[in-house]
Amino acid sequence: MRPLPELTPENTAFWTGGADGKLMIAFCADCNHAIHPPQLICPKCWSEAVESRPVPGTGTVYTYTVNHQPWAPGMQVPFTLAVVDLDGAPGVRVTAEVVGTDPESVAIGQTMRISFANIEDIWFPQWEKAQ
Amino acid sequence: MTLNAAITGVGMSDIGRKTGRPAMAHLAEAAKRALECAGLTKDDIDGISTYPGKADNSPGMSPLGTGEVRNALGLQTRWHSAVPDGPSQMAPLMVAAMAVATGQARHVLCFRALTESSSQTATQRASIPGAGRARLGGWYSYLVPANAMSASNWAGWMATRYFHEFGMTREHLGLVATGQRAFARHNPSAVMQAPLSMDDYLGARMISSPLGLFDCDVPIDGACVIIVSAADAARDCARAPLTIEAMGAALASQETWDQRTDLTTMGAHDSAADMWKRTDLKPADVDMLALYDGFSIFVPYWLEAFGFCGHGEAKDFIAEGNIGPGGRFPVNTGGGQLSGGRLHGFGLLHEACTQLWGNAGGRQVADAKTAVCGMGGGFISGSMLIRRD
Repeated sequence: MRPLPELTPENTAFWTGGADGKLMIAFCADCNHAIHPPQLICPKCWSEAVESRPVPGTGTVYTYTVNHQPWAPGMQVPFTLAVVDLDGAPGVRVTAEVVGTDPESVAIGQTMRISFANIEDIWFPQWEKAQ
Repeated sequence: MTLNAAITGVGMSDIGRKTGRPAMAHLAEAAKRALECAGLTKDDIDGISTYPGKADNSPGMSPLGTGEVRNALGLQTRWHSAVPDGPSQMAPLMVAAMAVATGQARHVLCFRALTESSSQTATQRASIPGAGRARLGGWYSYLVPANAMSASNWAGWMATRYFHEFGMTREHLGLVATGQRAFARHNPSAVMQAPLSMDDYLGARMISSPLGLFDCDVPIDGACVIIVSAADAARDCARAPLTIEAMGAALASQETWDQRTDLTTMGAHDSAADMWKRTDLKPADVDMLALYDGFSIFVPYWLEAFGFCGHGEAKDFIAEGNIGPGGRFPVNTGGGQLSGGRLHGFGLLHEACTQLWGNAGGRQVADAKTAVCGMGGGFISGSMLIRRD
């Protein structure tokens, strides 16, 4: 059983947007700065007008690692963790497990699209190769 | 810009794997050895400082706080501090230096104790952040729930990007691991002393690509004590004081392992640059290096951060033999954490001090007078330059 994040006012949209099939990223409504991990105020201009907006849910692999070690009971290995530069949210990366492909086939520069896995009240982002 | 602070004594317990020995036994042994090294007595100690403090939900990672140690050793202090959120595992040493430089204390006992090896044997994966908690918060709540549970994953994706941009290969990291093992064979207290060949290194199982078993440091049970003294008080100690020439603690990026714009750099680049601004010394003045090697990939990052070579040049710098036995800039001459065991940076600085005092036996760097130490990986980072006058 993987550990779950605690839901907070600033992160609830990120962790639950998947219920509607949407990847939600925090943005500053005043200066348009993309904020990740999400915050209650904008780290750039300290505006309190932070809102969550849906982004396309696509991106490009910046880097990755193939994990071979079971760190928790029941963890199935190997699997790949991809650190993905998001489209539509400059400077933001979302790190998530890659599903639906050979773990060894992921490469830097590969385009990806998001999907979600639901556990309790959390919708985990996961990456799939975009065709 | 020398600080009015110096290292006057170091001590390490008999470290080992699965010792089953209480953390306090390790700590007391290290403290006795540090006091003997410094020529001080228990009553001379008037300050205590540690990283990170007692961690109840992760006992192997940090079984002792300042409270337990003050009580057990019967210390009366004028300064005490535990620093979980400072500039790396070096934070308690920096705090101690500032405490003695501002007159808050004369001799500060800085310690790090771990029983990670015994704790893991008891099937508690103590090094997983937030282990045992119902729900996770903080920076790691964006990594651990995503199944990026281990620092080896975080260091692994840094290494993947670095390999991609600069053409580093596993053989380069193998030179780090095998070179440090060659040093460890001259260090009786290192936990890993069997010969390690490049074939052994390359043949070991993968942990988190491109990092394999011998790219990861060794969990151990043990403790290390480093005594930081005021400059005037240090002159009365048994050994030549090791003056803290400069420290650096700058951090320019978020506290995450995946959002830094350029992951072929890390917090080390910020703290190291900050350190060099506070001294007239240059990398060419350094005789030996103590570089955090929780994972082998951190060594080339630290080499570049401190300016021993340019960005992307560490693979050639390493391949040219600069950092191993006989090299111009020997790194982690006690075997580092890869072969000596994970004392979270304290063991690396212990070795640097041992070298500057000329007590490093078969691995001694001739007439070593100046050492640089970098602790931490990812966003975690602290830098320090020490010298023997």
